[in-house]
Amino acid sequence: MKRAGFTSIWLPVALLLPQLSIIAIFFYWPAGWAVQSSFYLQDPFGFGSTFVGFENYTDLTANSEYMRIAWFTVVFTALVTFFSLSIALLLAVKADKVIRGAKSYRTLLMWVYAVAPPVAGFMGIMLFHQHTGPITDFFKALGWDYKILVDYNSTATAFIIVSVWKQIPVNFIFFLSGLQSIPRAVREAAMIDNRSGVRRFWDITFPLLAPTGFFLLIINITYALFDTFGIIDTLVKGEPGNNPMTLVYKVYMDGFRGNDLGGSSAQSVILMVLVLVLTVFQFRLIERRIHYS
Amino acid sequence: MNFFKLGAVAVSAVFAGQAALAETEITFWHAMGGQLGETVNQVAAGFNASQDEYKITPVFKGSYEETLTAGIAAFRAGEQPNIIQVFDAGAATVIGAQGATIPVQDLLADNGIDFDINDYIAGVRYFYADSDGKMIGMPFNSSTPIMYYNIQALEKAGVTPPATWEEFANVTAPALKEAGYIPLSQSHLPWIFTENFFSRHNLQFASSNNGYDSNDTQIMINNPAIKAHFSALVDWKEQGLFEWYGTGWGDNAKPFEDGNVAMWLGSSGSFGGLLAKDLGFDFSATMLPYWEAVTTEPTQTFIGGAALFAMSGQSAEENKAAAEFFRYLTSSDTQYFWHQATGYVPITEAAYEAAKADGHYEKFPAAEVGIQQLSLPAGEFTRGYRMGFYVQIRDVMNREYGRILTGETDVESGFATIEAESNKLLERFAKTQG
Repeated sequence: MKRAGFTSIWLPVALLLPQLSIIAIFFYWPAGWAVQSSFYLQDPFGFGSTFVGFENYTDLTANSEYMRIAWFTVVFTALVTFFSLSIALLLAVKADKVIRGAKSYRTLLMWVYAVAPPVAGFMGIMLFHQHTGPITDFFKALGWDYKILVDYNSTATAFIIVSVWKQIPVNFIFFLSGLQSIPRAVREAAMIDNRSGVRRFWDITFPLLAPTGFFLLIINITYALFDTFGIIDTLVKGEPGNNPMTLVYKVYMDGFRGNDLGGSSAQSVILMVLVLVLTVFQFRLIERRIHYS
Repeated sequence: MNFFKLGAVAVSAVFAGQAALAETEITFWHAMGGQLGETVNQVAAGFNASQDEYKITPVFKGSYEETLTAGIAAFRAGEQPNIIQVFDAGAATVIGAQGATIPVQDLLADNGIDFDINDYIAGVRYFYADSDGKMIGMPFNSSTPIMYYNIQALEKAGVTPPATWEEFANVTAPALKEAGYIPLSQSHLPWIFTENFFSRHNLQFASSNNGYDSNDTQIMINNPAIKAHFSALVDWKEQGLFEWYGTGWGDNAKPFEDGNVAMWLGSSGSFGGLLAKDLGFDFSATMLPYWEAVTTEPTQTFIGGAALFAMSGQSAEENKAAAEFFRYLTSSDTQYFWHQATGYVPITEAAYEAAKADGHYEKFPAAEVGIQQLSLPAGEFTRGYRMGFYVQIRDVMNREYGRILTGETDVESGFATIEAESNKLLERFAKTQG
């Protein structure tokens, strides 16, 4: 068998160059700068600076508030990922069974996908408003003295609900197409073997959906870590006060609002390392056990 | 030889003629959105129409923080505007970076414009000045915290606006509660109940002369008087005499505007907005109350809001244009216009006199309260504060105050945390200047 290949090294290099230069300009270069400035404390205008070694990092780990934000980020990411995946899966399984009017159901469920995070945040402000929000009234009827922006847990609840709501359609689309790619023959064979729908779902459908689920897991974790920024910023109206925030929002608060370039660079480097570790961990440990076919 | 000389003269004459014809254009970055932005545009248009040598273009750059960050990025890229608006909490950053701006006092002197700091209202003079009292930034939208009240609510309760917190706690608030109102809310705990609390009682807020004399500053917030004030707030909140609706400005103003809260601590610059809202009641204002237990001679507060800074690295003609704009801006006509249109205080005595002479305060007594409060006797610690990373320090205050008021922490440990985290931030800021 003849192997197809390039006769010279230069053509592949030339073809790769645009992609590589984009990565270099928009990732490696700024990432390098971030690492460098994380070792300095510098005047934002660029007049004075002091080399402080790892002080920007040790100041963070010594700050109990930073650790509290890190812990909130972990819990928030776990909850958003869990709820947006499980609710989307449930909806996809149910939508898959619908025959009449299937298209309109699906379109309605996907609609939210088109909403930008800050717009989702604005809808959240109205729904969870301290004085006039219908969801606030609902929680109060349940006996919960719900006060967004005053009470830490109330605000955290709003963050999670809005973030989950915004992410469900993406997951729904992927799960639905995953379900529809399960061969008919497999489903029918399962139907003969066992009539219990729940059992068939866990034994047949769920494992066959695993590649989609794994892919979505990564997408959802990065969504919760990074893309929820717009929702959080809009909900707290730029003044977090005693409300929770995520690590990315903290980078923005210190770097862009507070002009602490060294401190916020150290925070971004920590986030970069976190994502790197997460990615390596997921691909090495989890992906091996999942079979793509 | 003569021919060449003649030619050179002719050429320079032509160039001089052109320079006189061409307008010098300068840019002005500001953070005044909405109605305020329109008023800024009117001031700029007034300046452009007043002469034909210079033309200023105002550009809205977003919030205060966004404007400062944009200015810093532009400065580093060598594309800074001629004038930039920087807010109170960013003052240490922009003034600390000597070389980023030209002190406004020097700019005016270099361009032959008279400047006397005593022309300015007392509470306005030294906030944006250096330790020697030289004015670095030109105060622009200047405001100070005052107490607004619902006239009908107070009449219904049969009380007058309180002068002291003792009067509030013992007389005013219980009567207002009895009359079915939430007596009090406020919109900015760090500004109203911290920075201006220290000034109103002439207490030291930070070492090194409130931070003006050195970058080696420690915050002195762990003070018994302010801790007693916050303990009182917690008690009042429990007794239904005070309510806190979170850190947002508007969230705390809204219940007052809706007529549920009887008295609201806001900015003297809120006056224009309240007037335009056509509230369902009449309102007026009085000075920020003080604690008689702390002082019997309450002092002035200082200005919040923002100042204009002339950025360096511009040509002499552009600096001249910026200086001329400042001359126009500080004229009593412009200041009076600005004062009337926005509710911010006029920054010069002359403009204040003009407003008085015009009968402005007979029509709107509440519009004068801010200036009166800024003109009260000064004290050793009433000029303001100068602390680096102050945006973050305010964030720490807001966080801990919120926790105190929601019962998540107590006053003692909340203030200990603010003190420790602020001093850490100040120590870090000092290193950025090294």
